[in-house]
Amino acid sequence: MSDPNDMTGIMLPRRRFVQGLAIGGVLAAMPPVLQAAELSPQTHTGSAPVLRGKEIDLVVGQSLVNFTGVTRLATTINGSIPAPTLRLREGDEVTIRVTNQLSVPTSIHWHGILLPYQMDGVPGISFKGIAPGETFVYRFKLRQSGTYWYHSHSGFQEMTGMYGALIVEPRAGERLPAEQDHVIQLSDWTDEDPMRAFRKLKVQSDVYNFNQPTFFDFTRDVSSLGLKGALSKRRMWNQMRMNPTDLADLSAATFTYLMNGTAPTGNWTGLFSKGDRVRLRFINAASNSFYDVRIPGLKMTVVQSDGQDVEPVTVDEFRFGPGETYDVIVAPKDEAYTVFAQSMDRSGYASGTLATHHGLSAPTPKLDPVEWLTMTDMMGGMSHKGMDYDATGGMAMTGMNHANMHDGMSMDHGQHSGQNVKDMHHTEHNSLAKPSSTVRHARTEYGPSVDQRVDTPRTSLDDPGIGLRNLSEKGLRPQGHRVLTLADLKSIAGVLDDDRGPVRELELHLTGNMERYSWSFDGLEFGKSTPVSLRHNERIRIILQNDTMMSHPMHLHGMWSELETDQGELRVRRHTIPVQPAQRISYLTTPHDLGRWAWHCHLLFHMDAGMFREVVVS
Amino acid sequence: MRRIMKMKTINVLFMAVISYVGLHVNYALAQMEHGETGVNAQVGTVPNDARDPHEYSDGFTLTDGPYAQPGPRQLKLADEHNFWSVLGDRFEYQEANESTVYDFQFWYGNTYDRLVVKAEGDIADGALESSTDLLWGHALSAYFDTQLGVRLDQYDEGESRQWLAIGLQGLAPYWFELDVTAYVSDNGQTALSAAAEYELLFSQKLIFQPRAELNLYGKDDPDYGLGAGLSDIALGVRLRYEFSRQLAPYIGVEWNSAFGKTADYRRATGEGRSDTQIVAGLRFWY
Repeated sequence: MSDPNDMTGIMLPRRRFVQGLAIGGVLAAMPPVLQAAELSPQTHTGSAPVLRGKEIDLVVGQSLVNFTGVTRLATTINGSIPAPTLRLREGDEVTIRVTNQLSVPTSIHWHGILLPYQMDGVPGISFKGIAPGETFVYRFKLRQSGTYWYHSHSGFQEMTGMYGALIVEPRAGERLPAEQDHVIQLSDWTDEDPMRAFRKLKVQSDVYNFNQPTFFDFTRDVSSLGLKGALSKRRMWNQMRMNPTDLADLSAATFTYLMNGTAPTGNWTGLFSKGDRVRLRFINAASNSFYDVRIPGLKMTVVQSDGQDVEPVTVDEFRFGPGETYDVIVAPKDEAYTVFAQSMDRSGYASGTLATHHGLSAPTPKLDPVEWLTMTDMMGGMSHKGMDYDATGGMAMTGMNHANMHDGMSMDHGQHSGQNVKDMHHTEHNSLAKPSSTVRHARTEYGPSVDQRVDTPRTSLDDPGIGLRNLSEKGLRPQGHRVLTLADLKSIAGVLDDDRGPVRELELHLTGNMERYSWSFDGLEFGKSTPVSLRHNERIRIILQNDTMMSHPMHLHGMWSELETDQGELRVRRHTIPVQPAQRISYLTTPHDLGRWAWHCHLLFHMDAGMFREVVVS
Repeated sequence: MRRIMKMKTINVLFMAVISYVGLHVNYALAQMEHGETGVNAQVGTVPNDARDPHEYSDGFTLTDGPYAQPGPRQLKLADEHNFWSVLGDRFEYQEANESTVYDFQFWYGNTYDRLVVKAEGDIADGALESSTDLLWGHALSAYFDTQLGVRLDQYDEGESRQWLAIGLQGLAPYWFELDVTAYVSDNGQTALSAAAEYELLFSQKLIFQPRAELNLYGKDDPDYGLGAGLSDIALGVRLRYEFSRQLAPYIGVEWNSAFGKTADYRRATGEGRSDTQIVAGLRFWY
C-alpha cells in the first residue's frame, strides 16, 4: 500500500469527490512524494487560452494541479487544463510544433480531423511518437470546419490532463451567427495513478460501483412485487453474473467531474448579454465518462455534431460519450442558468453557469436515481415481443421461447418477416441496399474473452438510452422534456457527398468480459487481432453490434462514419458513434486517405484493454 | 517425485474422474441456466457459419503489409501486459483454539494465464501448519479458470508432504465463488477440497459473507488423522465493513466438524469432533 497515488485508503468524504474544491489551483496539501516536483509550475485551469494562426507551438510537460484537496502532477499542454483552444481556419495549411518535456514519449491526435496518416498522432500506427526532448512538427491542411478536439494518444496521458479544443472556423463564416461563443469541455479527473485504477478493475471490476443492488433493495422489491416478482427481477442478472447497475467502470468514487477544467464548486461561468444567441461547443474530453447534459430553463438547438452541421433540432437534454461533440445554440432570457452534466452512472456531475455577470448562479439539479439496465439493454430485440424499453427483468423472460432463439436469427426483426435465414445469406451480396440483420458472431466470441453474445439485437436509433427514457412520465423532468437521440440527427444538405451504395459490408462485434475486465472486437483483444483492410476510395458499410451491456463510443480515425438507419437511409456524418448495449448499428465510410488508422472505443480503459483495431487503407 | 511415479492405478482413475467432473461443472451450470431461461447468450458451441475474425485482414498483420511501422511492434495495450494482485480473504484470530488463521491468494499474469499461489495456514502456540498451492491458472470459460500445479503441506507434527493439484476456480451463476481442487499426494493419498463463498450487501460497504468448505480423502491416513470419505466441513459467516474496497475488518462465527474416521482420530487424541468459534480479522487486497 505504498503507492503514493493510491487514494482508497484515505477515502475523502463522498461529497468532496462529487463537488471537488472551489479553486483548482490552490495547494491545500503537499504530500512528500511531490517534494521533488516542487519546482513544477502550477497548472492553469478554467477557460483555456486561445491560440490562432497557421503556426502553433505546443509544449507537453508536467504541472501541479489540485482538484480535490490533494496536489497531483498533471500532464499538460502549455501548462493548462484544458489545453489551449486552437482556433484554426478552414483551408489553411497549419504547422504545429509539439515539444515533449516529459521523461516518457508522448503524442497528439487531432480528433476528427482528416489528414495524412503520418500526422494522425497514434504511436506505433501513424508514427513513432514524440521522444522525450524531441519536437515533432505536425503539418496538414484543414479540409473541413467545425468543433473538434485534440489529445494525447499515449498511455493514459489524456486522462491526466492532455486534452484541448480545436475549432476550425469555416472560410465562409459561421452559417448560424451567434453573439457569444463558448467552448464547454467536459472531462474527468482522478487523483489515482490511472494505471493503478486500471489494475484495480482487473482485480475487482465493480470496485468503483457504489450503486450495487443490496439486500434491502431486495426486501423492498419483495414488499412491492412479492417474493416471486423480486426473485424474477433478479433471476437473469444473477444467472448471468451481470450487474444491472454496471453503467460505468469508474465513478465519482475516484473521479471529480470537470467543466472546462473546473470542479462544480469552482463554478465555471460563461458570460452573455441579454438578447444574445449563445453558441456552446460541447466537447466530451473525458477519459471514461458519458455525460447527460442539460441547462434547466433553456432549450438547446443542436446545430452541429462531431464538427459537421446538422439540421437544427431543439432538445432539452443530450447524452454524449468521450470523443463526441455537439454544438448547440441557446437564447438565454434570465440572468443565470446552470449547465448540468451528470455522469451516466449518476454518481456525480460536472456543472457551471451561464450568466450575465460573474458571481451569479442558478439552482443545481439533483442527481437522478440510478436506473437498472433493462432487458432491452441485455437482449436487444426481445423488446419487440411486447416489452418496451422500460421492461424490467421481472416480466421479461416469460414470453421467450428457447428453441426460437437458438441460432440468433429466429426473432423477427420486423423488416425481414417471412424471409428465412438461408434466403438472407443468398441475397446478402446482391442487395446491399439495407444493412444485413443476420447476426453473425465471430468464432472467437465463444471463449473466455466474451461474457455474453446478443442474438436478437436492436437498432432503435430513437432510443435515448438507459436513464434517459420516459423521463417526464417518471416525474424526473417537466412534461414534454425532449432528449436527443441519434434518430434526430440529420446532416444538412451537401455534407453526405458520397451517394454511392456500399460495395461490401463488414460486420464486427463489440465484446467484453466484465469480470475479467477485458474488452475487444469479436472477442479478440488488439494484441491478437489483425488489421481491417479497406481499399482506397471504396464505399464500405460497417456494421457494429454491441454484444456487451455497456455503451461504447466508437471512434474511427482518418475517415468519416456516416450513420444510416436499419433501412439503409444515410443520416448523419460522425467521427465517433456511440453504440448502446445490444444495439446493432451501421455506417458507411469512404477511405480517401491511405495509410494505417486506429479504430477504437473512446472509453480510454476499454481502448487500453484491447477494444482497438487497426485499419489499413491501401 | 519418485513416489508419485508409484501412484496406484485407482488414484489415476480418481484423478481422471475428478478432473472430468471439474471441467464440466461450468458447462453443466451453464446448461442449467439455459434450461431455465432459454438464454444462450453465454453458452453454446461455435456454429459452423461463425465469422472468421481475420476475415477482413487481406492477410495483413499488425507488423506486415502496407504502411506498417518498421521494426518490432511498438503499440502494446493492457491485453499484453501482466498484472498482479494479492487477496487476504481471511486473516483472523480464532478465539476458541487461540490460533491465527490466514488464507491468502496471489496471482501474476495476464487475463487468461496466471501464476496462482494460494496460501492457507494457522499458527497456534507459535507453531505453523500450512498448505500452499502453486498453480498455473488458465481461463476455461468466461467465468472459470482451470488450475494445475502442486500443493505443499507443512505440518507441526508428522512429515510434510507434496501433492499434485488440479482444480477449477471461478464465479458460478448466482454469484457463488467456487474453488474445487483434487489432489494426489506423493504417498498415494487422494483428496478433494471444495470451497464456496457468497456476498450479501447490506449496504455498499457492509457485507455479509457466508462461506463453506469441505474436504474428502481417498483412503484412511492414520498418520495425519484423516479418514476416507468426507473428512471435515467448515461453515462460517463473516460480516465486514469496507472502509475502502481494499480494506475491511470483520467479525464472524465459524463452525467446524469432522466426520467418519477423521472424527474418530480426533476423539482418540482428545480433541472434540466439532467446535464453534468467534473469529475477528481483516480482509484486504491490493
